[in-house]
Amino acid sequence: MTIVYDDRGDEVASEVPVRRIRFTINGERKVAEVEPRLLLSHLIRRGLGLTGTHMGCDTTNCGACTVLVDGRAVKSCTMLAVQADGHEISTVEGLATASELHPLQEGFSDEHGLQCGFCTPGMMMAAKALLDSNPDPTEEEVRWALSGNLCRCTGYQNIVKSVLWAADKLRSQS
Amino acid sequence: MSQALDEIKIGGLGASRKRVEDNRFIRGKGNYTDDITLPGMLHMEILRSPLAHARIKSIDASRAWEIPGVHLVLTGEMMATRNLAWMPTLSYDTQAVLATDKVRFQGQEVACVIADDPYIAKDACEAIDVEYEPLPAIVSPMQAVADGAPVIRDDKENQHDNVIYDWEVGDAAGTERAFAAADTISRLRLHYPRSHPSPIECCGSIADFNRATSKLTVYMTTQAPHIIRAAVALVAELPEHMIRIISPDIGGGFGNKVPVYPGYVCSILASILLERPVKWIEDKSGNLISTGYARDVYLDGEMALRSDGKILAVRMHVDADHGAFFSDAQPSKFKIGLIHSAFAAYDIPVAHLTARGTYSNKAPGGVAYRCSFRVTEAMFFQERMVQAAAVDLGMDQAAFRRMNFVRDDQFPHRTPFGFLTDSGQYGKCLDVGLRAVGYEDFLAKQQEARARGRLLGIGISTMTEPLGAGNSREYDILGIKMFDSAELKVHMTGKAIVRTGARGQGQGHETTWAQIVSHELGIPAEDVVVEEGDTDTAPFGMGTYASRSTPVAGAAVAMVARKIRAKARRLAAHLLEVSEEDIEWELGRFYIRSAPDRGVTIQECAMAAYSNMPDGMEPGLQNTAYYDPPNLTWPFAVYIVTVEVDPETGVWDVLNTVAVDDCGVRINPMIVEGQIMGGLTEAYAMASMQFITFDAEGNCVGSNYMDYLLPTSWETPGFELHSEVVTPCPHHPIGAKGIGECAAVGGPAAFVNAVIDAISGTGVRNIDMPLLPDRVWEAITYRRDVSGVPPVRTDD
Repeated sequence: MTIVYDDRGDEVASEVPVRRIRFTINGERKVAEVEPRLLLSHLIRRGLGLTGTHMGCDTTNCGACTVLVDGRAVKSCTMLAVQADGHEISTVEGLATASELHPLQEGFSDEHGLQCGFCTPGMMMAAKALLDSNPDPTEEEVRWALSGNLCRCTGYQNIVKSVLWAADKLRSQS
Repeated sequence: MSQALDEIKIGGLGASRKRVEDNRFIRGKGNYTDDITLPGMLHMEILRSPLAHARIKSIDASRAWEIPGVHLVLTGEMMATRNLAWMPTLSYDTQAVLATDKVRFQGQEVACVIADDPYIAKDACEAIDVEYEPLPAIVSPMQAVADGAPVIRDDKENQHDNVIYDWEVGDAAGTERAFAAADTISRLRLHYPRSHPSPIECCGSIADFNRATSKLTVYMTTQAPHIIRAAVALVAELPEHMIRIISPDIGGGFGNKVPVYPGYVCSILASILLERPVKWIEDKSGNLISTGYARDVYLDGEMALRSDGKILAVRMHVDADHGAFFSDAQPSKFKIGLIHSAFAAYDIPVAHLTARGTYSNKAPGGVAYRCSFRVTEAMFFQERMVQAAAVDLGMDQAAFRRMNFVRDDQFPHRTPFGFLTDSGQYGKCLDVGLRAVGYEDFLAKQQEARARGRLLGIGISTMTEPLGAGNSREYDILGIKMFDSAELKVHMTGKAIVRTGARGQGQGHETTWAQIVSHELGIPAEDVVVEEGDTDTAPFGMGTYASRSTPVAGAAVAMVARKIRAKARRLAAHLLEVSEEDIEWELGRFYIRSAPDRGVTIQECAMAAYSNMPDGMEPGLQNTAYYDPPNLTWPFAVYIVTVEVDPETGVWDVLNTVAVDDCGVRINPMIVEGQIMGGLTEAYAMASMQFITFDAEGNCVGSNYMDYLLPTSWETPGFELHSEVVTPCPHHPIGAKGIGECAAVGGPAAFVNAVIDAISGTGVRNIDMPLLPDRVWEAITYRRDVSGVPPVRTDD
């Protein structure tokens, strides 16, 4: 993020340390200059304008900010942007293609797996990490895989159904 | 003759229509407050008090001002010069915006910084030096009224103690007489712990004051944008037409996003001073520690009983801990919300309730957390008390309830506290629930298990609650009557837009309001777009909370559609060249009574309103309806839970949860079931883990998600829902009742009753929520009631 400071004749502003990182997001290669303390979630939301990755807490509990880093589900509020250097990130915006939705997106809509929608992107990314490694999960496996993501609206039952719906569809497609 | 429309196919009443909101949310294209960026936008952070009660000796912000990128540091002193250090609350009290004299709870707003970047603003907050002189902290009503208790609100001229109000309702003398004639008197005292609604999205705002136009636009997380506009007009002394409140997508509300918070006020003032947009997004600890809490009441009651099981009278006392400022969001006629809705489902001749509210060194707020103003506390006490009475009488808990229920032929029924319940089939709901859970079989299994040392329990809870305030005679907030409105515009091609003053936060208004229009006009739901949340475009409304959207705003949608239909009928008569009296309506079409195959569709009428109206008729097809409900709607529900308790550890597992909800006509059954499951989960949360408590110094335990436990997909049990019982609301235009909160209101007692039933051999009457394993273990092991009253022990 570029910031223009008032010139007060001091050196402090120019001393803000900056690191250059290279990474891939939703298949696009990027280079960025970031403060070393910048959270990955802020790089995604504010630096890249991908606001589908939400921030709900500051303690790695809620999982609304879950993205995939090299295919693994990661809570992006607990990773520094500089740690993404050289890595591949996927966010909710990368789930659908230009012409069709990902089965997880269809499943969440079909099974009423969302209400306010705030936890939904994180839920779907955590579910994607599960289905990528386990295409035929049991209900219990889905519940365990999503246990790092909080939802206050749905009571989870329909979220679990949504993920199982998507698993079915993905298997039938392959 | 044309084929009649299939209402379900066009997405009308009763269709489980997929939600139109979903398409943006599943793509990550929602538009929540924090997703909005305006040109030149600055960022605000709040410095909060680390202490619960302390005098402020000095605030030195000079180091913060030095940090490059800092534009403004606001303190209470600066706010005071603009008469904004304090603001009025929704309950006729005052609340500090930024502390001047004292801090009165941990996490209270002391200063805020506006900077180019949120990281810089946070740095600058840490560079503000505040010197405090600690004072003793009060964390319960008992401490608040004890001799020698420090007076928390010494800012108020006539406040010499910590009592906010003493309030009563009911018939004291009649209740006294009934108790004197009782065969048995049952007693129960319990604490409904402080909780926090905790939507995943925190509160926030972007204030954007434009000097050139004098217009203030505020994007904010509010469930009630029109009320906020009125509040800003009054507090900031700005003309109301120059204030535009926009409530974009909201990441859950549950009552937490009803009040006016200091952060909103500071961001507005900062934007006016700096003439730039100022964004404030709270972090989770700020949200949990300072914004609208819920519950935190002590309920003490007794029930006068005849030996055959008839309830003769009820007496209740409530001690309510309101925190440092009395800022409950509630109808102004009542001091403790609608807590006197307790026992509304039972035919009890007489009752008396007293309530005392006190200040403490805790966050203010008292919001209706997924309930209609304190009815959660009312129903919880009701169903815990009913179970205790059944045990005292040695009666079956289901039979005891059935015997005392208001019967189907008694409606409308006046409750002993003065409410008029409208309709219901209580006994039938209970039957459905008992059958679903296999009641008799379970009781037999419970006996068998007990013989082998296993503890099984079954808990029943029922509830009816008053949803959908007004009517305007009795319900207002700060004098503003509680009604709602809807505006409907039908375009010439028969497509339409409907706007209301409600503001959904996940309830699916964009889907269901269109279904109501579809039901009334026969326009396919997909041809109706719904818009809410912008005070410049939406008609006036009191907002979405306390399950009032369907009962009030939804009714307004039906009423405005009927106005449109009335005009369309005149257009149809003109098109068909007959008189209006000769015309009949079927879904989506007017036809000539004597020649049913001659008709015009609603779409043809719409086109005529713009292209072929009769002479003298005002063109166009749009209208607005204001709806002032004649009464509240009264849904009813039965929740039954079975559990197994591990006597060694106190851990309890839910075996089965059955929910029988009678919420009248269901607009969208899929959405209704989603609401019920969400409510059941919050009920389970409160019964099992979710609470905020305090230590003796007033430190908040539960101010982040590490300490404030919420159930995940792993703990949350599955639910079995029943929709067999439908009692249409007799006074609602489409027969609907509120439903969003019923399970959160009625559910907790079912879980607690089940655990208490499982350990009934111990003689334990009460364990305060949440029923943490250590509390249950203590109850089983020492055969004693377990209190959850703060202060909790601290590490010595």
